[in-house]
Amino acid sequence: MTRDMIINLCVFAILVATAVGAHLGGQGFTVTLATKAAILGLAGVGLNLALGYGGLVSFGHAAFFGIGGYVTGIFAFHASSGEPILTLPFALMGSNEMLGIWPMAMLAAGLVALLIGALSLRTTGVYFIMVTLAFAQMIFYFAISWPRYGGEDGLSFYVRNTFPGVNTLVPINYFAICAALLALALIFTALVTQSRFGLALQATRQNEQRSTAVGIRATPVRLTAFVLSAMITALAGSLYADLNRFVSPAMFSWHMSGEIMVFVILGGVGRLCGPLAGAAVFILLEHLLGPITEHWQALLGLMLLAIVLFAPGGLIGLITLGLDRIRGGKADV
Amino acid sequence: MSDPILSIRGLKKSFGALTATDDVSLDLLPGEIHALIGPNGAGKSTLIKQIVGEIRPDHGTITFEGQVIDRLDAAARARLGLARSFQVSSVIADFTVLQNVMLAVAGADGHVFRFLRPALRDTALTEPALFHIGHAGLAGREGVKASVLSHGERRKLEIAMALALRPRAFLLDEPMAGMGLEGAKQLTTILSDLRAEAPILLVEHDMDAVFALADRISVLVYGRIIATGTVAEIRSNPQVRDSYLGEEA
Repeated sequence: MTRDMIINLCVFAILVATAVGAHLGGQGFTVTLATKAAILGLAGVGLNLALGYGGLVSFGHAAFFGIGGYVTGIFAFHASSGEPILTLPFALMGSNEMLGIWPMAMLAAGLVALLIGALSLRTTGVYFIMVTLAFAQMIFYFAISWPRYGGEDGLSFYVRNTFPGVNTLVPINYFAICAALLALALIFTALVTQSRFGLALQATRQNEQRSTAVGIRATPVRLTAFVLSAMITALAGSLYADLNRFVSPAMFSWHMSGEIMVFVILGGVGRLCGPLAGAAVFILLEHLLGPITEHWQALLGLMLLAIVLFAPGGLIGLITLGLDRIRGGKADV
Repeated sequence: MSDPILSIRGLKKSFGALTATDDVSLDLLPGEIHALIGPNGAGKSTLIKQIVGEIRPDHGTITFEGQVIDRLDAAARARLGLARSFQVSSVIADFTVLQNVMLAVAGADGHVFRFLRPALRDTALTEPALFHIGHAGLAGREGVKASVLSHGERRKLEIAMALALRPRAFLLDEPMAGMGLEGAKQLTTILSDLRAEAPILLVEHDMDAVFALADRISVLVYGRIIATGTVAEIRSNPQVRDSYLGEEA
């Protein structure tokens, strides 16, 4: 097993241990915090595929997070009202089955990502950032002005969606579902980044001209990564909606896009468990410092600044460096 | 005379008032090293870029192995076996030597969209990659990151990547640039052997290398080819002496 794999397993194990420990100690709220970390970490894992491995700095991933959330909310809403979601061109009924909702959420986000990606990948650099942001803002304003599903106020649903054989309302059970999906997404990412596709994706990030010269077109590779990335983030949005039993346009806001990006950068760009570590630290800071001062994000800002300036490998990179110092090995941040 | 592998006819390219390529016609014959020489700014790089598909010519036609390739993009031309090396070594810096060549193998066979199988366990990638690495003289360096290779080794890596494309023609843009005397000698031997794989269109400033390697030479001045011929013909061509070789020859 490689050193990186050990670190990744440790990060994941800490998350699970926190939730299980809190559950045994009767700390339901901490279980919910750990669930939130798993979900936001998953959103970051999605973005990391595009940003970390593909070099696509998407400032619009809130769009996919929100789509995942709204699909979930809308299905749950219609399941309780009994009205069909669509009658034309085909009848689509509401549902409160997670196993049915997740693929729908991912499919919807994937289709939107295909469109957004196809248009925004014509640009690069800061223009790409701005175009993805613009698309997310469009969807944000659309959600605000769509009264059918709550408009600005968002949409509540009173019962968490169901999963066969599991009472999803028990916090530790819902944590287990989220952690399992996170684990699947991590395994998927690990496999993809080492596959032929991963080789091509990372090559186009580092040297597009060289990739073209060996017969690899950058745009289809990047578009595929962008769509996969959006689908993972949408799954996180779906889980987030079920965690809160509430969706609101805030899920589409550029703050959300920024937060997902912060998880990735804080934890380590292009590091498998980086986004999870980033999300966990973010939630920890919010939880510990939030009650003390409302300016806790200033500290977060300082941390982010320090990371960007001195440890581009993020928290995971720092841990790696620390382990190497202890072992006297060679640094590789 | 056998049919040319690469045939360029009436190529023209202007940037505003500047005519960078002015009615260039050129053939690359099987088994030959065809050197393209000319002073700085003669339009050599512009010509190479049009051949590989990086920029579009205003006029003219390029035929590669009997197929008109004017409408194909750079990636498609590479997959046909038009292998290119860059003036400044261009490899994937964070990849190992093996990964770099595996990338080229994957690009050449066109199966990039495979998501779950680890590339390093894909013998359809690793076996040809290892073979080409050995062929280019980098055996034993497979696991080394490209960023820590010496300049000469990076040149060899580019050649290994070019070989992985199952090349039908090489376009080498100043492969000797930045090589020391010893490195240039080594590379001259490698290029000479490369001729057996596919013909080479060689853009080069190093006249020793050109005269040692080339079967034919074309001289490009102000976007025009002023002469094409054997080494002896070019050496004795008065026009070429005046415009380019000067006192050197």
